Amino acid sequence: MSQESCTKEPQAYWHPLLAGLALGAVLLTTFVVTGHGLGATGFTTRLVAWVGMTVAPSITEANDYLGGLVEDGKPLSSWITWQVIGVAIGAIISAWLAHRIKIQIDGKKFLGGSKRSLTALVGGIAAGFGARVAAGCTSGLGLSGAATLSLAGFTFLITFFVTGLLISRLMKQEPTV
Amino acid sequence: MSTIISGLLLGAGFGFVLERAGFGNPNKLTGQFRLTDWSVFKVMFTAIVFAAVGLMLLEKMNWIDAENLFVPPAFLGAAALGGALVGAGFAIGGYCPGTSVVGFMSGRLDAGIFLVGLLLGTWLFADVFSAIESVVSLGEYASANTLPEFFHVSDWLVNAIMIGMAIVVFVLGSWVEKKSQNSTETSKVN
Repeated sequence: MSQESCTKEPQAYWHPLLAGLALGAVLLTTFVVTGHGLGATGFTTRLVAWVGMTVAPSITEANDYLGGLVEDGKPLSSWITWQVIGVAIGAIISAWLAHRIKIQIDGKKFLGGSKRSLTALVGGIAAGFGARVAAGCTSGLGLSGAATLSLAGFTFLITFFVTGLLISRLMKQEPTV
Repeated sequence: MSTIISGLLLGAGFGFVLERAGFGNPNKLTGQFRLTDWSVFKVMFTAIVFAAVGLMLLEKMNWIDAENLFVPPAFLGAAALGGALVGAGFAIGGYCPGTSVVGFMSGRLDAGIFLVGLLLGTWLFADVFSAIESVVSLGEYASANTLPEFFHVSDWLVNAIMIGMAIVVFVLGSWVEKKSQNSTETSKVN
């Protein structure tokens, strides 16, 4: 194996217009094929229900939110599960072809420095909780909801960006990392 | 069977494009909030406008039936509160739920931690759900679900305005990006 293939520079990202048109084409095709848009937390919610069903069945069945998902015993049996598996496959193919696969803890510079693991965890918790309040995330409600010109989709996007802008001011930048 | 194939193929397209756009990279994603990189606005706006115009045209040509299209219900308080929490999570953690999958697949362990947090946040919500149940139907707006219904205008007009706004986002975004790059260079010299 040549040394060169290991050290190849990662390719540049796509121009935002090209990426936006391609994303729009995938989104439109999804609407035509399925009647709904793209998502992410539909799957993670079902995954939580599945883990709960496996680890603590009686608590999960009695839970007002997750109970309905485990009623038939197959919370993962849904289109969104396959779509998120597809996202993982598409992402790894793209990253591999562009020489962008690198095992690392990223984002230290802007997101907490040595406390990066903590910011990642706290951010995930906030996003996971918020996506259940809104019944959707940036993909499912923001992107797909706005494409149907829905009030809920645009409302989500506005508070999403305004809060992000404000909270981002509070994140200290690490000069040395 | 067709569920599996359509899910895998459309998902793969979604994941591929997100990775190509640079949306597996938390520095690039949060650059939107620092206003140094406007890719998130540009890509999302373009995709929304493309899909919205496409859906409108396909409906007019009777290729798809608007009745069968999922439009999220107008629980605007819930959407606003949830949007704020997801935005805060994005600014603190560096990802949103979908992009954390992309980040993790390109080797970012911080994205894996974000995903664990996502599951914990979902569990936490389910745990307190019976006490805060009304939050998911907060602020219901009864008389309209969509922008054309809300403003009593045609979808042509709304889409035309959205195309205009997308152009503004590209022009304004590129201008601010250029300015912030110049100021970084100046500060380096100093």
